[in-house]
Amino acid sequence: MSLFAARDIAIQFGGIKAVDAVTFDVNEGEVFSIIGPNGAGKTTIFNLISRIYSPTSGELIFKDQNITKVPPHDIAALGIARTFQNIELFAQATLLQNLLIGRHCHVNTGLLSQLCFMPSNRKAELEHREKVEDVIAFLDLQRYRDTLIANLPYGVRKVVELGRALCIEPKLLLLDEPSSGLNVEETEGMAFWIEDIKKDLGITVIMVEHDMKLVSAVSDRVMALNYGRVIALGTPGEVQTHPEVVRAYIGGEA
Amino acid sequence: MHQSLKTSYTQDISLLAHRGSVLWYGFLVAVLLVIPGVMGEFYVNELGGVYIFAIAGVGLMLLTGYTGLVNLGQGAFLGIGAYTNSVLMTKGVPFVITLPLSGVAAALAGVALGVPTLRMTGFYLAIATLAFGSIVGTIFQKWTSVTGGFDGFAVPTPTILGYPIEGANGVYYLSLFVLIFVLWLSVNILRSPIGRAMVAIRDSEVSAQSMGINLSLYKTISFAISSGITGLAGALFGHYVRFLAPDSFDILLSIQFVTIIFVGGLGSLHGAIFGAMFVRLLPQVIAIVRDDLPFGIGRMPGLEPSLFGLILVLVILFEPAGIYGRWLKLKAYFRNFPLHRRSSMRRQKVYARSERLR
Repeated sequence: MSLFAARDIAIQFGGIKAVDAVTFDVNEGEVFSIIGPNGAGKTTIFNLISRIYSPTSGELIFKDQNITKVPPHDIAALGIARTFQNIELFAQATLLQNLLIGRHCHVNTGLLSQLCFMPSNRKAELEHREKVEDVIAFLDLQRYRDTLIANLPYGVRKVVELGRALCIEPKLLLLDEPSSGLNVEETEGMAFWIEDIKKDLGITVIMVEHDMKLVSAVSDRVMALNYGRVIALGTPGEVQTHPEVVRAYIGGEA
Repeated sequence: MHQSLKTSYTQDISLLAHRGSVLWYGFLVAVLLVIPGVMGEFYVNELGGVYIFAIAGVGLMLLTGYTGLVNLGQGAFLGIGAYTNSVLMTKGVPFVITLPLSGVAAALAGVALGVPTLRMTGFYLAIATLAFGSIVGTIFQKWTSVTGGFDGFAVPTPTILGYPIEGANGVYYLSLFVLIFVLWLSVNILRSPIGRAMVAIRDSEVSAQSMGINLSLYKTISFAISSGITGLAGALFGHYVRFLAPDSFDILLSIQFVTIIFVGGLGSLHGAIFGAMFVRLLPQVIAIVRDDLPFGIGRMPGLEPSLFGLILVLVILFEPAGIYGRWLKLKAYFRNFPLHRRSSMRRQKVYARSERLR
């Protein structure tokens, strides 16, 4: 059954069609990768799904609900979490605070209860903390718990961003280049975590990625884009050998 | 070397960090309570002024230091609080009602400023708030039927449960009480989801939004809380100066508030307190040394504002973390004493960034 579907979505910036009539389905429980050369429109699709951009035309459907008009701050509560290509963490806050912000869509204590720090707020805070500690344990981040993000190395920040997205307890996780800037070892670690997220937590993943080794290791299906259009969709093996894909990456006649 | 061992999650959300701080803050409050008994009226009066500015500083700190929104019109909220309180009191409304009302009035004015400026950041927000400040200042001057215009009016003496709050001591205790209340409120905010949402908006709007934070809502809440707290300070300010005239609430006052949070240290409540001490006590120091300065510098008009400006610039250039940041560095230096490394004090990114694609 498809968890998420994009129907003919398109977005235009001035005269440039960044995404042009793209249609795809993502099945529940799979890892779906989007590949393509620079400027192919991969991150734009993520920004469309998380509603930072509004599509010029087309529809986005999540769990049989049209989310094309949902405001961007309600996307998390629906169960869609994302990470960013260039890491958008809250740099002057501790790791713990960052993950707690990930719990924001589950906050239901009133303003007055928070201002006076009433027992109901204390109880809710402790519950959020328990959930956050589960994620910290899952990603092995215990020793950085009280460190400012600004003082953490790049590789760890990448994992923290993954953790913050997991704190939303999403159904669908959007990973924007999870391995960019990571070394070989860290990339392998990331592959294991994506596997665990899929198998143990049962979260469906859409991933934008350039590292083909990571893509073929974890993806169930791959979609290749070029100039905002879908040029191939299928298993990692099929897409990698697809003549259009080879031409988009290497050039020449095909 | 002190290292607090955490054994439960409640320690991270308790009001004070550890048992040692309970002791120290208790000691501090005890000292502040006996000060009027041992010090002269002049000092008690000055300290009352420090508390009032500290309250307003905490208000602005929540907005600028934690939510990352600049406000160059904070003096207007102080004025709104002061006039609301004093005008209602001259109409016979008791002080216990006018004090909270002045906070509410200023909070509503904050929402009125916050909503139209929701999409503004950086320079644009600075200009808009500056304009707001000068508009409100003009209203104080021209709305003579309520404010009395330039003639001003004497602020009545407040009474709580029949006891009059009189003189320097009265204002001192009242301001101290309100300051402690406001600090308690602010600590609650900062350890709750609202406070985290504010920090999230400051550090990255785009990911705050993706975490489910409604930017418009939380920016408006932040404006309301910040200006509400400043309105409370305004009510007290009226009783502190005892005579309200519109020229107390000019742009210079707003610049003083900005100086408080920058010199004190952006992004910490301690900073607001240190900054208020600095801003209120510097003019006294100038007054003491004024006559001994060479070349007639002491008689130059505008000495005080230009000194404030100079210090603000120097702090931003050389110690962006402010007095509180310097204090933390000093503490770290002694804590690690022989093992101190220069690099551990390396300059960090500051909170108030310039324009950036968000």
